[in-house]
Amino acid sequence: MGRFVARRLLQMIPVFIGTTLLIFLMVYSLPGDPVKALFGSKAADPATVERLRHEFGLDKPLLEQYWNYLTGLFQGDFGKSFTGRPVADLMADAFPVTIRLALLAFGIELVLGISLGMLTGLKRGKLVDQLVLVLTLIVVSIPVFVIGFLTQFALGMKWKLITPTVQDSMDVGQLMVPAAVLAALSLAYVTRLTRTTVVENLRADFMRTAVAKGLPRRRVIGVHLMRNSLIPVVTFLGTDLGMLMGGAIVTEGIFNVQGVGNTLYRAIQTSEGPTVVGIVTVLVLVYLVSSLVVDLLYAVLDPRIRYA
Amino acid sequence: MRGAKSAVWVAGAITVAMTATACGGGGSSSDDNAAVDPNGTYTYYNTEPQNTLIPSNTNETGGGYIVKNLFRGLVDFDEKGKLRNMAAESVESPDNKVFTVKLKQGWTFHNGEPMTAASFVDAWNWGANAKNAQLNSSWFADIKGYDAVHPEKGDPSADKLEGLKIVNDNEFTIELSHPVSTFKERLFYDAFFPLPKSFYKDPKGFGEHPVGNGPYMQDGDWQHKVEFKTKKFDAYKGEDKPKNGGVIFKFYNKDDAAYNDLVSDKLDVMFQVPTSVMNQYKNDLGDRAVDQMYGGNTNIAFPLYQEEWAKPEKAKVRQGLSLAIDRETIAKTALKGSKDAADGWTPKVVEGYQPNSCGEFCKFDPAKAKELIKAGGGVPGNKITITYNVDGGHKEWVDAVCNDIRQNTGVECVGDPKPTFQQVRADITEKKMTSAFRMAWVQDFPNISNFIAEQYRTGAGANDMAFSDKGLDDLMKQADEAKTVEDSNKIYHQVEAKLAEQMPSIPLFFDHTKAGYSKKVKNVKFDTFRQAIWTEVEVKK
Repeated sequence: MGRFVARRLLQMIPVFIGTTLLIFLMVYSLPGDPVKALFGSKAADPATVERLRHEFGLDKPLLEQYWNYLTGLFQGDFGKSFTGRPVADLMADAFPVTIRLALLAFGIELVLGISLGMLTGLKRGKLVDQLVLVLTLIVVSIPVFVIGFLTQFALGMKWKLITPTVQDSMDVGQLMVPAAVLAALSLAYVTRLTRTTVVENLRADFMRTAVAKGLPRRRVIGVHLMRNSLIPVVTFLGTDLGMLMGGAIVTEGIFNVQGVGNTLYRAIQTSEGPTVVGIVTVLVLVYLVSSLVVDLLYAVLDPRIRYA
Repeated sequence: MRGAKSAVWVAGAITVAMTATACGGGGSSSDDNAAVDPNGTYTYYNTEPQNTLIPSNTNETGGGYIVKNLFRGLVDFDEKGKLRNMAAESVESPDNKVFTVKLKQGWTFHNGEPMTAASFVDAWNWGANAKNAQLNSSWFADIKGYDAVHPEKGDPSADKLEGLKIVNDNEFTIELSHPVSTFKERLFYDAFFPLPKSFYKDPKGFGEHPVGNGPYMQDGDWQHKVEFKTKKFDAYKGEDKPKNGGVIFKFYNKDDAAYNDLVSDKLDVMFQVPTSVMNQYKNDLGDRAVDQMYGGNTNIAFPLYQEEWAKPEKAKVRQGLSLAIDRETIAKTALKGSKDAADGWTPKVVEGYQPNSCGEFCKFDPAKAKELIKAGGGVPGNKITITYNVDGGHKEWVDAVCNDIRQNTGVECVGDPKPTFQQVRADITEKKMTSAFRMAWVQDFPNISNFIAEQYRTGAGANDMAFSDKGLDDLMKQADEAKTVEDSNKIYHQVEAKLAEQMPSIPLFFDHTKAGYSKKVKNVKFDTFRQAIWTEVEVKK
């Protein structure tokens, strides 16, 4: 187990370097000159442009810029944005908000998704099952931004149950609605995935054995059925956490939540290399760590899966 | 032009659709008699500033609105666009070359430091210095000695502008390297704001916690991406004392989100409603909707650096194309009245506007259009494209203009959309345009010279067409040397009339402010800069 974890952690290094380099290259190949763009419609003043370019290190060859960025990164320096603010500060503002939002959404889809999935799986073909199937189908087929705008319009403008946008991004209560919107799509997937595996496992040999042994129903469902059914669901949830963090762009925009999505969107618009690379790097790490956790969870859920 | 963000806004004003109400001020609310809380604060739509809040480095609207509230310069423009003295007691010049500035007495910065001549002179020297790489440094270019402080290459050989001399605490002189008749007008701009001594100790820290001399002071820390709070500065000596307790600049990434807040009274003032609600915002807001003209316009420009378009006879072709466009109809239909048909290069609300300066060439006359295009040897390749940025909502009018050109002249015309404003700007400044493109301008200051000299003088900062005409350059020089602004305006009238002969760009529309405010505030008025008169806003109890 320890060796497995060590090997996985080592594998992260090339992945990490590869992704940052790729993002770096992509950001710098965006059309337009970010420094000249600072001048708006006015012609850029060459002396000022030259100095700013030097200040941001943009006058060096791309690979040297990348090398400088990488070495800075290992010293904990994420570089600075065009506003002169350290990118680390920008991220320190944005990540706590998005982590809250993502965890809320994650919690919603975990609890609701698995319970709805179990419910519909056990009551296959019944009215509840049909109803949830139709509902999830609707959610899956509507884009997130439509759900977002509809929710905002209905709850915020029409019935005035909530304020149309989030006034304080750190307030968990206000983040509930955007989190629900963010969770909607994955919630539907989790429900369907859980339902399918539950239905499959209900016919499995070990279930028949468990029932035949006369185990109480609670134990049959709670330990034997759930534990086996959750493996694919956990895989999905693991990668989904990374998705939620990155996918918050749309939801954060609609509800004016000042998180990572909004920061990233702005940084891409202004071709702010260090900011984009910094945020995406952290997102990549979130992905890597959550997939490692998923792999480790397999062993917990199914003792037959062993890591050497 | 106030920077990328604002241009997108200008842009934003475009697509549109609205109820058929006549244009004009967005009048008063029905319950105007509601009691007012003189210490009440209100929220103002804004975007997170792109740069640190140092006046000489703030050139986009997000930061500009905040800086304009924290600082007051020597002069500024009132609601109607008339110049008035602010921190200056007087700004006099016998020849538009040497200016004597006398300051009003008793003004202080928010930290109690008195405002003196040095507050201005030191700030300008710092802002002009190439070493400090300030985005607004070119505003000091007319002052004598600028080249030494801000050479095109290499390190500056001086750190003080030769033309600035302190006479005493309340008086200093400005000597320009050449006469500029509108120099006093220019002094209103952010770049010319004064700075307290504490600034030089820590310019970076100052950018986070600016200390100004204006009617409002910062209240608490700048909450990045969330809000920037200001409160009334009690010791403010200016005539425009705030009638409210402070402005809270609330930052939004999406104007749709902001608009929803506005309609639900969670946001108090929005200076430009989103394109997507143009046809409903008057219904949503009733008499709290504002629709009035401001100092901005939209033109189609030509790349005169391209061999084909550089030929002298192509002026006739450009005139012909202009004649083929039915501006009135497009303004009413495709733009749903969100803009007015232009009759020249200077918007109506700008000082020095003269009716019909474009003459017959901005009228709609398909027959004459064909004739002129033929006389000029036709459009190169019998096809033009009009480049515009998709992120600004220009498609509707570009398509309409192209339709007119196609139907009335037989010239093939299509829109050429580019993803972002930034990308289009890069292509334009690198002179990569091959056919026509959208050109929009928002005034730096409300005077005809800002619309003409800045865009049509040889080598001027925003001369996107690379237009050059010795005769017009000479005229503009004369205008700068004129004794009074009135005389200067008259010469600019001539320049504008002569532009019609060469048509480097085709005037299309004059732009509108489409704003709104919540039920919590009243007395919300907008000036020709599309800015609310912040100090006048009253908060209801």
